[in-house]
Amino acid sequence: MTDEKPLIEIERTITGGDFQSAGDVSSELKRILQQIGFPAAFSRRVVIAAYEAEMNVVIHAFRGVFRAWIFPQRIHIEVDDEGPGIPDLELAFQEGYSTAPPHIREMGFGAGYGLSNMKKCSDRLEIDTRVGEGTKVIMDFFLNPDS
Amino acid sequence: MTLREVKEILEAEVLACEDLLDREPRSACGSDLLSDVLAFTKENSLLLTGLTNPQVIRTAEMSDLIGVVFVRGKRPEPATVELAVMKRIPLLATRLPMYEACGRLYMRGLRGCSEVE
Repeated sequence: MTDEKPLIEIERTITGGDFQSAGDVSSELKRILQQIGFPAAFSRRVVIAAYEAEMNVVIHAFRGVFRAWIFPQRIHIEVDDEGPGIPDLELAFQEGYSTAPPHIREMGFGAGYGLSNMKKCSDRLEIDTRVGEGTKVIMDFFLNPDS
Repeated sequence: MTLREVKEILEAEVLACEDLLDREPRSACGSDLLSDVLAFTKENSLLLTGLTNPQVIRTAEMSDLIGVVFVRGKRPEPATVELAVMKRIPLLATRLPMYEACGRLYMRGLRGCSEVE
Protein backbone atom coordinates (compact mmCIF):
# COMPACT_ATOMS: atom_id res chain seq x y z
CA MET A 1 0.00 0.00 0.00
CA THR A 2 1.23 3.43 -0.87
CA ASP A 3 0.15 6.62 0.88
CA GLU A 4 -2.06 7.71 -2.04
CA LYS A 5 -5.58 8.71 -1.12
CA PRO A 6 -8.55 6.71 -2.42
CA LEU A 7 -11.20 8.50 -4.46
CA ILE A 8 -13.87 6.70 -2.48
CA GLU A 9 -13.95 4.32 0.46
CA ILE A 10 -16.99 2.23 1.23
CA GLU A 11 -17.85 0.06 4.19
CA ARG A 12 -21.04 -2.01 4.32
CA THR A 13 -22.29 -4.82 6.49
CA ILE A 14 -23.53 -8.11 5.00
CA THR A 15 -25.97 -10.32 6.89
CA GLY A 16 -25.64 -14.09 6.61
CA GLY A 17 -28.75 -15.79 5.25
CA ASP A 18 -30.30 -12.54 3.99
CA PHE A 19 -30.97 -13.47 0.37
CA GLN A 20 -33.30 -10.53 -0.09
CA SER A 21 -30.44 -8.03 0.21
CA ALA A 22 -27.74 -10.30 -1.19
CA GLY A 23 -26.01 -8.47 -4.00
CA ASP A 24 -26.90 -4.96 -2.80
CA VAL A 25 -23.32 -4.14 -1.87
CA SER A 26 -21.85 -5.33 -5.17
CA SER A 27 -24.60 -3.50 -7.02
CA GLU A 28 -23.69 -0.27 -5.23
CA LEU A 29 -20.02 -0.86 -6.02
CA LYS A 30 -20.89 -1.35 -9.68
CA ARG A 31 -22.80 1.93 -9.75
CA ILE A 32 -19.87 3.77 -8.19
CA LEU A 33 -17.35 2.27 -10.64
CA GLN A 34 -19.60 3.25 -13.56
CA GLN A 35 -19.95 6.79 -12.24
CA ILE A 36 -16.19 7.15 -11.90
CA GLY A 37 -15.89 5.93 -15.47
CA PHE A 38 -13.75 2.81 -15.17
CA PRO A 39 -13.72 0.71 -18.38
CA ALA A 40 -16.62 -1.76 -18.50
CA ALA A 41 -14.39 -4.85 -18.74
CA PHE A 42 -12.42 -3.78 -15.66
CA SER A 43 -15.56 -2.96 -13.64
CA ARG A 44 -17.07 -6.28 -14.66
CA ARG A 45 -14.28 -8.39 -13.21
CA VAL A 46 -14.18 -6.31 -10.00
CA VAL A 47 -17.93 -6.56 -9.54
CA ILE A 48 -18.14 -10.30 -10.30
CA ALA A 49 -15.41 -11.02 -7.73
CA ALA A 50 -17.11 -8.72 -5.20
CA TYR A 51 -20.44 -10.45 -5.75
CA GLU A 52 -18.87 -13.91 -5.31
CA ALA A 53 -17.33 -12.71 -2.02
CA GLU A 54 -20.59 -11.10 -0.90
CA MET A 55 -22.57 -14.27 -1.72
CA ASN A 56 -20.06 -16.39 0.19
CA VAL A 57 -20.81 -14.36 3.32
CA VAL A 58 -24.57 -14.61 2.77
CA ILE A 59 -24.36 -18.36 2.12
CA HIS A 60 -21.80 -19.46 4.69
CA ALA A 61 -21.30 -16.85 7.43
CA PHE A 62 -23.29 -15.13 10.17
CA ARG A 63 -22.29 -11.64 9.19
CA GLY A 64 -19.55 -9.80 7.41
CA VAL A 65 -18.08 -6.42 6.62
CA PHE A 66 -17.32 -5.41 3.04
CA ARG A 67 -14.77 -2.67 2.53
CA ALA A 68 -13.56 -1.21 -0.73
CA TRP A 69 -10.93 1.42 -1.43
CA ILE A 70 -11.23 2.84 -4.89
CA PHE A 71 -8.09 4.48 -6.27
CA PRO A 72 -7.70 5.98 -9.75
CA GLN A 73 -5.61 3.04 -10.96
CA ARG A 74 -6.58 0.20 -8.63
CA ILE A 75 -9.21 -1.16 -6.28
CA HIS A 76 -8.62 -2.88 -2.97
CA ILE A 77 -11.41 -4.98 -1.43
CA GLU A 78 -11.55 -6.70 1.95
CA VAL A 79 -14.44 -8.91 3.02
CA ASP A 80 -14.20 -10.02 6.61
CA ASP A 81 -16.75 -12.45 8.04
CA GLU A 82 -17.69 -14.14 11.27
CA GLY A 83 -18.48 -17.69 10.25
CA PRO A 84 -17.33 -21.28 10.10
CA GLY A 85 -14.03 -20.61 8.35
CA ILE A 86 -12.62 -22.89 5.66
CA PRO A 87 -11.03 -26.10 7.01
CA ASP A 88 -9.21 -27.04 3.80
CA LEU A 89 -8.41 -24.05 1.63
CA GLU A 90 -6.76 -26.06 -1.12
CA LEU A 91 -9.88 -28.19 -1.46
CA ALA A 92 -12.10 -25.09 -1.41
CA PHE A 93 -10.20 -23.72 -4.41
CA GLN A 94 -10.88 -26.86 -6.43
CA GLU A 95 -13.47 -26.18 -9.09
CA GLY A 96 -16.61 -28.13 -8.35
CA TYR A 97 -15.94 -28.52 -4.63
CA SER A 98 -18.61 -26.93 -2.46
CA THR A 99 -20.03 -27.24 1.04
CA ALA A 100 -23.19 -25.29 0.19
CA PRO A 101 -26.41 -26.93 1.46
CA PRO A 102 -29.21 -28.10 -0.91
CA HIS A 103 -31.37 -24.97 -0.56
CA ILE A 104 -28.43 -22.86 -1.78
CA ARG A 105 -27.88 -25.17 -4.74
CA GLU A 106 -31.55 -24.86 -5.63
CA MET A 107 -30.98 -21.13 -5.97
CA GLY A 108 -28.25 -21.81 -8.50
CA PHE A 109 -25.24 -21.29 -6.25
CA GLY A 110 -22.85 -23.70 -4.61
CA ALA A 111 -21.40 -25.19 -7.77
CA GLY A 112 -17.91 -24.74 -6.37
CA TYR A 113 -16.59 -21.98 -8.59
CA GLY A 114 -16.67 -19.07 -6.14
CA LEU A 115 -13.07 -18.99 -4.97
CA SER A 116 -11.55 -19.95 -8.30
CA ASN A 117 -13.67 -17.31 -10.02
CA MET A 118 -12.50 -14.66 -7.53
CA LYS A 119 -8.94 -15.70 -8.29
CA LYS A 120 -9.57 -15.47 -12.03
CA CYS A 121 -11.20 -12.04 -11.81
CA SER A 122 -8.71 -10.42 -9.41
CA ASP A 123 -5.03 -9.58 -9.83
CA ARG A 124 -4.23 -10.62 -6.29
CA LEU A 125 -6.24 -12.76 -3.89
CA GLU A 126 -5.40 -13.55 -0.31
CA ILE A 127 -7.54 -15.60 2.04
CA ASP A 128 -7.04 -15.67 5.75
CA THR A 129 -9.31 -18.19 7.45
CA ARG A 130 -9.71 -19.63 10.92
CA VAL A 131 -12.02 -22.57 11.52
CA GLY A 132 -14.83 -21.62 13.88
CA GLU A 133 -13.99 -17.91 13.69
CA GLY A 134 -14.27 -16.61 10.16
CA THR A 135 -12.68 -15.77 6.87
CA LYS A 136 -11.10 -12.67 5.42
CA VAL A 137 -10.86 -12.27 1.67
CA ILE A 138 -8.49 -9.62 0.32
CA MET A 139 -8.49 -8.75 -3.35
CA ASP A 140 -6.62 -6.25 -5.50
CA PHE A 141 -7.52 -5.16 -8.99
CA PHE A 142 -5.19 -3.11 -11.16
CA LEU A 143 -6.43 -1.06 -14.08
CA ASN A 144 -3.19 -1.87 -15.90
CA PRO A 145 -2.07 -5.19 -14.39
CA ASP A 146 1.19 -5.26 -16.35
CA SER A 147 2.47 -1.84 -15.33
CA MET B 1 -30.51 -10.92 -33.59
CA THR B 2 -32.55 -8.57 -31.42
CA LEU B 3 -34.47 -9.54 -28.30
CA ARG B 4 -37.62 -8.88 -30.32
CA GLU B 5 -36.57 -11.68 -32.69
CA VAL B 6 -35.71 -13.88 -29.71
CA LYS B 7 -39.24 -13.29 -28.45
CA GLU B 8 -40.70 -14.42 -31.77
CA ILE B 9 -38.42 -17.44 -32.20
CA LEU B 10 -39.20 -18.68 -28.68
CA GLU B 11 -42.88 -17.67 -28.83
CA ALA B 12 -42.13 -15.88 -25.60
CA GLU B 13 -43.96 -13.42 -23.44
CA VAL B 14 -42.26 -10.24 -22.22
CA LEU B 15 -42.32 -9.85 -18.43
CA ALA B 16 -40.14 -6.75 -18.02
CA CYS B 17 -38.59 -3.91 -20.02
CA GLU B 18 -40.51 -4.29 -23.29
CA ASP B 19 -38.95 -0.98 -24.37
CA LEU B 20 -35.50 -2.61 -24.52
CA LEU B 21 -36.23 -5.33 -27.07
CA ASP B 22 -34.04 -3.66 -29.68
CA ARG B 23 -31.01 -4.82 -27.73
CA GLU B 24 -28.86 -7.36 -29.56
CA PRO B 25 -27.20 -10.11 -27.53
CA ARG B 26 -23.86 -11.09 -29.06
CA SER B 27 -23.99 -14.58 -27.56
CA ALA B 28 -26.14 -16.69 -25.26
CA CYS B 29 -25.80 -19.13 -22.40
CA GLY B 30 -28.23 -21.74 -21.06
CA SER B 31 -27.69 -22.59 -17.41
CA ASP B 32 -29.40 -23.37 -14.13
CA LEU B 33 -26.18 -22.70 -12.25
CA LEU B 34 -25.54 -19.06 -11.43
CA SER B 35 -22.00 -19.94 -10.40
CA ASP B 36 -21.37 -21.09 -13.97
CA VAL B 37 -22.94 -17.96 -15.40
CA LEU B 38 -20.65 -15.79 -13.26
CA ALA B 39 -17.59 -17.80 -14.21
CA PHE B 40 -18.10 -18.42 -17.92
CA THR B 41 -20.44 -15.95 -19.65
CA LYS B 42 -19.33 -13.02 -21.74
CA GLU B 43 -20.75 -9.53 -21.37
CA ASN B 44 -23.76 -8.58 -23.50
CA SER B 45 -24.97 -12.18 -23.54
CA LEU B 46 -28.50 -13.49 -23.17
CA LEU B 47 -29.16 -15.96 -20.35
CA LEU B 48 -31.67 -18.79 -20.66
CA THR B 49 -32.49 -20.36 -17.31
CA GLY B 50 -35.03 -22.31 -15.31
CA LEU B 51 -34.13 -20.43 -12.13
CA THR B 52 -36.55 -17.70 -11.10
CA ASN B 53 -35.19 -16.17 -7.89
CA PRO B 54 -33.94 -12.54 -7.69
CA GLN B 55 -30.29 -13.65 -7.68
CA VAL B 56 -30.73 -14.42 -11.38
CA ILE B 57 -31.13 -10.69 -11.94
CA ARG B 58 -28.22 -9.88 -9.62
CA THR B 59 -26.06 -12.30 -11.59
CA ALA B 60 -27.21 -10.73 -14.86
CA GLU B 61 -26.45 -7.28 -13.48
CA MET B 62 -22.93 -8.17 -12.29
CA SER B 63 -22.10 -10.03 -15.52
CA ASP B 64 -23.43 -7.26 -17.81
CA LEU B 65 -25.95 -9.59 -19.43
CA ILE B 66 -28.40 -8.13 -21.89
CA GLY B 67 -31.55 -10.05 -20.93
CA VAL B 68 -32.96 -13.20 -19.35
CA VAL B 69 -35.29 -15.86 -20.78
CA PHE B 70 -37.11 -18.15 -18.35
CA VAL B 71 -37.58 -21.57 -19.96
CA ARG B 72 -40.03 -24.50 -19.57
CA GLY B 73 -42.92 -22.28 -18.52
CA LYS B 74 -41.26 -21.07 -15.31
CA ARG B 75 -42.64 -17.84 -13.87
CA PRO B 76 -40.35 -15.59 -11.84
CA GLU B 77 -41.16 -14.41 -8.33
CA PRO B 78 -42.57 -10.85 -8.18
CA ALA B 79 -39.33 -9.70 -6.47
CA THR B 80 -37.38 -10.94 -9.49
CA VAL B 81 -39.48 -8.92 -11.93
CA GLU B 82 -39.28 -5.81 -9.71
CA LEU B 83 -35.49 -6.02 -9.57
CA ALA B 84 -35.28 -6.52 -13.35
CA VAL B 85 -37.38 -3.43 -13.96
CA MET B 86 -35.17 -1.45 -11.58
CA LYS B 87 -31.95 -2.72 -13.20
CA ARG B 88 -33.33 -2.37 -16.76
CA ILE B 89 -32.88 -6.04 -17.66
CA PRO B 90 -35.51 -7.37 -20.09
CA LEU B 91 -37.23 -10.60 -19.05
CA LEU B 92 -38.87 -13.09 -21.40
CA ALA B 93 -40.73 -16.31 -20.60
CA THR B 94 -41.15 -19.27 -22.93
CA ARG B 95 -42.92 -22.59 -22.47
CA LEU B 96 -40.12 -24.33 -24.41
CA PRO B 97 -37.72 -26.53 -22.45
CA MET B 98 -34.08 -25.45 -22.15
CA TYR B 99 -32.67 -27.63 -24.92
CA GLU B 100 -35.25 -26.62 -27.47
CA ALA B 101 -35.12 -22.94 -26.58
CA CYS B 102 -31.32 -22.90 -26.90
CA GLY B 103 -31.48 -25.00 -30.05
CA ARG B 104 -33.90 -22.69 -31.81
CA LEU B 105 -31.75 -19.64 -31.09
CA TYR B 106 -28.53 -21.41 -32.05
CA MET B 107 -30.03 -22.58 -35.35
CA ARG B 108 -30.87 -18.98 -36.11
CA GLY B 109 -27.28 -17.91 -35.56
CA LEU B 110 -27.02 -16.83 -31.92
CA ARG B 111 -23.65 -18.23 -30.82
CA GLY B 112 -22.48 -19.59 -27.49
CA CYS B 113 -20.30 -17.62 -25.06
CA SER B 114 -17.19 -19.68 -25.83
CA GLU B 115 -17.51 -18.88 -29.53
CA VAL B 116 -17.28 -15.10 -29.29
CA GLU B 117 -14.27 -12.96 -28.52
